[in-house]
Amino acid sequence: MSETVAVIGFAQAANRPSAGTTSGVETLVPVFREALASARLDRREVDFWCSGSSDYLAGRAFSFVNAVDAIGAFPPICESHVEMDGAWAFYEAYVKILAGEAETALVYGFGKSSAGLLRRVLALQLDPYTAAPLWPDSVSVAALQARLALDAGIVTERAMAEVAARSRADATTNPYAQVSGHADPGDLLAAPYVADPLRKHDCAPVSDGAAALVLAGGERARRHRERPAWITGVAHRIDPPGLGERDLTAVPSASAAAEAAGLPDDLDVAELHAPFTHQELLLRAALGLDDRVRINPSGGALCGNPMFSAGLARIGMAAEQVMSGRARTAAGHATSGPALQQNLICVLEAES
Amino acid sequence: METVLAAPLEIGFDYTRSLGPVLGRFMTGLRDRRVLGSRTADGRIHVPPLEYDPVTHEAVTELVDVQPTGTVISWTWTDRPLDGQPLDRPFGWALIRLDGADTALLHAVDAGERSQMRTGMRVGIRWASSRTGHIRDIECFEPGEGSAPALESGEDPVTIMRTPIRLAYTHTTSPEESRYLRALAEGRLLGQRCPVCHKVYVPPRVCPADGVPTEDEVAVSAHGTITTFCVVNVPFAGQRLEPPYVVAQILLDGADMPIPHLILGLPADEVRMGMRVVAVWRDRAEWTTSPENIAHFQPTGEPDAPYESYEDHL
Amino acid sequence: MRRAAVLGTGQTHHRTRRTDVSMAGLCREAIDRALADAGVDWPDVDAVVLGKAPDLFEGVMMPELFLADALGASGRPLLRVHTAGSVGGATAIVATSLVRAGVHRRVLAVAFEKQSESNAMWALSIQPPFTAPIGAGAGGYFAPHIRSYIRRSHAPGHIGALVAVKDRRNGALNPYAHLRQPDITLESVQASPMLWDPIRYDETCPSSDGACAVVIGDQEAAEASERPVAWIRATAMRTEPTFFAGKDHVNPRAGAEASQALWRSAGITDPFEQVDVAEIYVPFSWFEPMWLENLGFAEAGHGWKLTESGETRIGGRLPINPSGGVLCSNPIGASGMLRFAEAAMQVMGRAGDHQVDGARTALGHAYGGGSQFFSMWVVSDTAPASA
Repeated sequence: MSETVAVIGFAQAANRPSAGTTSGVETLVPVFREALASARLDRREVDFWCSGSSDYLAGRAFSFVNAVDAIGAFPPICESHVEMDGAWAFYEAYVKILAGEAETALVYGFGKSSAGLLRRVLALQLDPYTAAPLWPDSVSVAALQARLALDAGIVTERAMAEVAARSRADATTNPYAQVSGHADPGDLLAAPYVADPLRKHDCAPVSDGAAALVLAGGERARRHRERPAWITGVAHRIDPPGLGERDLTAVPSASAAAEAAGLPDDLDVAELHAPFTHQELLLRAALGLDDRVRINPSGGALCGNPMFSAGLARIGMAAEQVMSGRARTAAGHATSGPALQQNLICVLEAES
Repeated sequence: METVLAAPLEIGFDYTRSLGPVLGRFMTGLRDRRVLGSRTADGRIHVPPLEYDPVTHEAVTELVDVQPTGTVISWTWTDRPLDGQPLDRPFGWALIRLDGADTALLHAVDAGERSQMRTGMRVGIRWASSRTGHIRDIECFEPGEGSAPALESGEDPVTIMRTPIRLAYTHTTSPEESRYLRALAEGRLLGQRCPVCHKVYVPPRVCPADGVPTEDEVAVSAHGTITTFCVVNVPFAGQRLEPPYVVAQILLDGADMPIPHLILGLPADEVRMGMRVVAVWRDRAEWTTSPENIAHFQPTGEPDAPYESYEDHL
Repeated sequence: MRRAAVLGTGQTHHRTRRTDVSMAGLCREAIDRALADAGVDWPDVDAVVLGKAPDLFEGVMMPELFLADALGASGRPLLRVHTAGSVGGATAIVATSLVRAGVHRRVLAVAFEKQSESNAMWALSIQPPFTAPIGAGAGGYFAPHIRSYIRRSHAPGHIGALVAVKDRRNGALNPYAHLRQPDITLESVQASPMLWDPIRYDETCPSSDGACAVVIGDQEAAEASERPVAWIRATAMRTEPTFFAGKDHVNPRAGAEASQALWRSAGITDPFEQVDVAEIYVPFSWFEPMWLENLGFAEAGHGWKLTESGETRIGGRLPINPSGGVLCSNPIGASGMLRFAEAAMQVMGRAGDHQVDGARTALGHAYGGGSQFFSMWVVSDTAPASA
């Protein structure tokens, strides 16, 4: 049984508007190779493989099954899958190591968001009786949340544009980002709405991609990595589904997850999975992050949002901050469902 | 560099959803131009209704009428509606708290233009002229105080709702698959050998046993051996062939894994494990980048392959 | 490793179409029964794990999202597992890991399928572009491999029918079973239509709406329970690719290695002697002899003899599927959990009319995909020795 678990490796594919296939196999092969190399682990030393993906993203049942071909799963492996962002596969693997059922794990997420019309597909996440039959697309749903936040004075359109501008500027140092560059918030605000009050810059791009992360327990982690990113806490919670049932400007599941994960006051870096600018602002408030915390040095999901690996990539990039020595404490956040319904927080530190 | 092949993939089905006691009453109400909300233990009225009390977890039993008018608590605007959305001209989405309800319902507002939408505006239901017990019995909301009194309900309660779900995707092939399909368009069967285990895969793919891309191209014969098979007798939704027909696993000469295909040219009950078969191609003029260029396989008349030659592929 | 136990189980009445309930209602029927069986109330549930097979069956993307309230998961951790047909088992295993890791005291695991909302064969036979239209559902996929088993083992042709008779009659003892056929006979099975030769209609699982739930607790919760619990002695999961050169579709290595790891972990050296009852995933009758071999209850090629001997009937030396199994009820996402739950019910003494006398150690088994995903557990009326 492991008392502690650490991230010892991470790799991702470049976030692209269109790349690879819905099976994810060709995209995952190099990502696995790089993740394992960064962890100095052979694929046969992985005790547990766990993935996150979605059939509806791909348009076929059992779409995660083909991805197993990228592993080389013979002799047979111990493997599982969640129909959720890879961040929750990460959670499952973390628990398995804690329980003593595995010592090492490789977690991956993948998705070809460009295969279908993403924002229309995501309407199927809503209540199948009273909402989904109207096909409310995910951008419109996010816009409803943004308006509530604007009306309540919690965010401003300028603050949202500043999030976009800052993210794109930061993304110029991220070779995997899809969108990057220098933009003036004033110029961004001159653009038309795509879904009032959201403009194009307020919304994540549609991205294809994949990510993989390697975990190991206690002593094993120390053998593979000089500076593992120790998981000092990870927790997730979900809020009620009804969009008209809950205060969409608070994110109680994020606050609760942060508390359960022991999010510290002296956080250096937070990678937040916020596919909309106003959501970054709402999450900052829900997580109690002040100006000292560096938010999304990668550019965040606004600069590349490969569905079902974007949350895992936030954790991976937070871990890299720690593994590289750039940060002592970092947090990775992932979200699932419409308007930040479900949230996961992982706290990573340089010492265990 | 060759482009990869892609093609549209549409999936669609008319789902039938049974509603259960709470949603059934709600949808029956909509058919009768009434809006019902559920009352939870804390006294709050929820529209749309909750089936289970979020605090006590008990099944909700009490439903009460709310008004067909309400207030917009949030909104957005859609300039280019998507397939299936409530209106096919620009419209507003809104969270609407109906008078008498404590929670808000998501629906469309036919406001005409974006400037007409605002938080706090009053809206009322425009009922669909033909109603079945479905959220779309509310055609949309319109600014103002709505129209039409409730019907006297005399018909049977609604218990089922139908909801068609159609999605359009683009299916993209891998470079290996594309090479294989282009070879098929030229009447050739292409395999690739794995650099680690040296097995030949048809169609070419990342070797599933080793997790590495197969590389060396290998021409694979159109002749092969039936390893095993079944006779499909049963019809099913979406089936493209009329039963009975034989689907067999065929180990092509030169390949290390069987491919599934049809066997024709003899009665189904004469097909045997080990039978030697050959691909029958369609008319060359019909060839495209598709395995359907091969119509089926048929017996060659050669003696059956010995069991030992294919037993490791079962 | 911390100990974990099944505190209680629940399931729905499985039917072709449960038109009396919504999806939430279907889940709650199983959940409410499981909580009552466990003597546990909602405030005691620390986390929920939902299992379900493809979203396409119900046309809902990630149904745990809209079901959060109904599952009692709002404000709590909620996971949704999907490992194809084995998912019900994998879901129970994930819940077990959460307890073994010390993360939670009590976890609710629930699995469901309301596949009558669409059509299972349609969902399983969607043909992507650039492929030939030869898919014929699950039956069309597995029938050739059953033919291979018959050839390899030289099994006589009536073995499949023997299993069908046994399981359908067992189903008649199970009030929740979808198909309950006390009067089925060998002759009637062999006279039923051939669907995918060599699989006949009466040798084929139904398509069912249904749900299953189990409450898993830690040692303290188990010892505090007023009723017997089912201690989880061991769990195992293994995966292999759908296809690869040299794959054994009849006796897949992933299944064999999973069972070997399972027996080792449970301290079982002679499964046939030491296991009192097994609930295994048999969607087509011939899978009983095939899995008997794959699981190590019989030597390779000899599984059919065990079936033919009658020892897999209730009252025999190794009853298999006293509940009627998947041949009687197959809500795809739930079927694996039903096997795991029925195994637990046996060692808890709560299997009613299909109780195997003196059952103290039981196997629950599930498989999915192209005979590639395997999940299984051993439960017992006594706690495992300290880790």
